Amino acid sequence: MKKYIDQGKKDTRSGYGAGMTVLGRTNPKVVALCADLVGSLKIQEFINENPERFFQVGIAEANMMGIAAGLTIGGYIPFTGTFANFSTGRVYDQIRQSIAYSGKNVKICASHAGITLGEDGATHQILEDIGLMKMLPGMTVINPCDFNQTKAATIAIAEHEGPVYLRFGRPAVANFTPADQNFEIGKALLLNEGSDVTIVATGHLVWQSLIAAENLESKGISVEVINIHTIKPLDEEAIIKSVKKTGAIVTAEEHNYLGGLGESVARTLTTKYPVAQEFIATQDTFGESGTPDQLMEKYGLDNKAIEKAVLRVLKRKA
Amino acid sequence: MSELKELQDLVSQVRRDIVRMVHKVNSGHPGGSLGCTEFMVALYNETMDLKEGFDMNGIDEDLFFLSNGHISPLFYSVLARRGYFPVEELQTFRLLNSRLQGHPATHEGLPGVRIASGSLGQGLSVAIGAALAKKLNNDEHLVYSLHGDGELQEGQNWEAIMYAAGNKVDNVIATIDHNGQQIDGATSDVLPMGDLKKKFEAFGWDTLEIKNGNNLEEIIQGLKEAKQRTGKGKPVCVIMDTVMGHGVDFMMHTHAWHGKAPNDEQLEIALSQNPETLGDY
Repeated sequence: MKKYIDQGKKDTRSGYGAGMTVLGRTNPKVVALCADLVGSLKIQEFINENPERFFQVGIAEANMMGIAAGLTIGGYIPFTGTFANFSTGRVYDQIRQSIAYSGKNVKICASHAGITLGEDGATHQILEDIGLMKMLPGMTVINPCDFNQTKAATIAIAEHEGPVYLRFGRPAVANFTPADQNFEIGKALLLNEGSDVTIVATGHLVWQSLIAAENLESKGISVEVINIHTIKPLDEEAIIKSVKKTGAIVTAEEHNYLGGLGESVARTLTTKYPVAQEFIATQDTFGESGTPDQLMEKYGLDNKAIEKAVLRVLKRKA
Repeated sequence: MSELKELQDLVSQVRRDIVRMVHKVNSGHPGGSLGCTEFMVALYNETMDLKEGFDMNGIDEDLFFLSNGHISPLFYSVLARRGYFPVEELQTFRLLNSRLQGHPATHEGLPGVRIASGSLGQGLSVAIGAALAKKLNNDEHLVYSLHGDGELQEGQNWEAIMYAAGNKVDNVIATIDHNGQQIDGATSDVLPMGDLKKKFEAFGWDTLEIKNGNNLEEIIQGLKEAKQRTGKGKPVCVIMDTVMGHGVDFMMHTHAWHGKAPNDEQLEIALSQNPETLGDY
């Protein structure tokens, strides 16, 4: 099992902020918008260094999406910032018409995604956003796994022409990917080679999958782990290549099983190379208040749940 | 500077285009289109400073955003007659594989259209964003937008109205098509909106009125005045009183023709009231 070292826990939203600082210094076309959550989105440094390229829109997310669409007309690359819930469900029609259908080069950057938002509870914990955004034609959907990768993804999406949904989280989590990584949109990363089963994970669940894989290996099970930071477009080739070898797959995401990564993988496999699949995801439910760790355990999203899912899928393996 | 007679002729021809377009496909929105014909003809042929050709970014020219996208027949006719695309293409309105979608879209690459609209209440935010881009680009040109009065019932407008005033977006001129009608009836019955001028002013906009929004001279004068008020720290609003269905007598003063096409006989009457001046498509 390949070893991954946690370089020190950090929140992925700070990776966004760090990426924005870099973009502020390197790309004069990048502008940032925020709906009264500058502290949460960690973009104060960008604002300090580029005050004329920052737009505080107040608690008015619908207007923010429209202004972002308008800013592209004139050649700018707007990055909108608010919580994932208010970045998607609250403004779905604005994104649909003014950004996606209009083909505008807006980067919708969403913090506090998923259940690990924690104590604020279900009103703020969106578990449907991947589904909402991946259904929009032309939308790229990215869910990086740690601080370093979120920073790299933030920088990379500025170079991509077209609307992007970039999803990241609130809690400090393991930071284990290289600081100097080159982020390639739509390219799955093979983190560990294995032969018995494939785990395809996204976001915070990637680190949990690595822990699960290590535990399983000590039980004699060889686990292939793939970090699928881009959910759309999905790297189908990498997934199919892996399951041709392993013959079984577990998908892992901090999202409802309806509409998430697991469904995209299932669609790929049922049409191209059917194998047994288990889903690590929330089970069509809202979240609740609690600490991130408590919630990950209760809702079956931690490494122990992943281990169990691997054992289940191995029993079903043809 | 176009002569008034030329603009009058264009108004008549555009009205013919509108009723012919909606008649052909038995769908579309003639009422609001006819009511704003003088405005959009004046805007595109007298008021706005436009470059030749079309590019999406529209740097160094004025921009226009149609927020009430259902009056697409008017928008398409004015764009075509201004040279953005061939006038013959108007005959593809709402047909399969056309660039002239039921509501305006950028998806098919129709020159002149910079944003999709139709789902109401989104255009002002977009116009403000484009105006902010102009400021960043040190481009002193203006951004115009058009909104239905009923459309102002959408809450996003008021987010945008608050933002533009609070941030001194003074290179935007938002025009309200104040015809007092919406699909279900008079706006005063469906959802009374009170005094729009006072509302805009209370939000911090410099607001002026065009009392006869179907009179070319009044529109040209009003827009000239609006233009003079830009660049002074406040966004500018023009509330323009129009008559829905103007120019076709049986379509006037009623919401009945908001989204309904004339039949063959009604088309003939409508055309007889708007002489062919520049050649039908």
